[in-house]
Amino acid sequence: MTAIVAVSVGGFLGAIFRFYIAQKWNENVEGKIPFGTLFVNLSGSFLLGFIASLSLNEMYVLLISTGFLGAFTTFSTLNKELVTLQKLPRKWILYFTITYAGGLCLAFLGYSFGK
Amino acid sequence: MAYLFVGIAGALGALTRYSVGLILYSHSIFPFATLIVNLVGCYLLPFLSSAVFHKSRLSPNVQTAITTGFLGSFTTFSAFSVETVKLLQQGEIIFAVLYVLISVVGGIVMGNLGWKHEVTR
Repeated sequence: MTAIVAVSVGGFLGAIFRFYIAQKWNENVEGKIPFGTLFVNLSGSFLLGFIASLSLNEMYVLLISTGFLGAFTTFSTLNKELVTLQKLPRKWILYFTITYAGGLCLAFLGYSFGK
Repeated sequence: MAYLFVGIAGALGALTRYSVGLILYSHSIFPFATLIVNLVGCYLLPFLSSAVFHKSRLSPNVQTAITTGFLGSFTTFSAFSVETVKLLQQGEIIFAVLYVLISVVGGIVMGNLGWKHEVTR
């Protein structure tokens, strides 16, 4: 029961924070790199790496990692945005590379940071 | 108001992702659960926004709740990157490479399968 509450509360807040940042930074114009999504995915990867390196108690992991950071970052929006950027190969490659290379590097940094 | 809708749907999305993780719990170190939620979400999001919602009468708040809230939270990027780092740290290089390749290529393929060009612009 407490697990359900922890994941829900984290997910509720993570989705709201992501929505807020996306509304602020994702320019709703076709052909623009969505900086809001980029920011949540990169910062979320760093933070989750950091959290994963600490040995937190299970409830905190469910609240912060599974709930909040899981919902704060998104994979479906990233790929939908990549589909809409396909007409602009340069922007597509830039967005794709920064997201994946940046996300993996930042996750590694966060993970090493906590050790 | 949109924020409340997104928050509630986001909580449900996170819970659904958590449940998939519990159901698919296996002793394998390969992160099947994240892979499956991510690929399913990558198909559903463009499909709903390009083929379903434009002819539906759902209020914009409900549509945003389902796409940004539910599917945004159901899928996750942070777990993908951290799981890859963990696989590498454990020396599971082949699993790490496979995980990245299937996620990246699968995401692109599923996104394009879901996107119904003919009904959008």
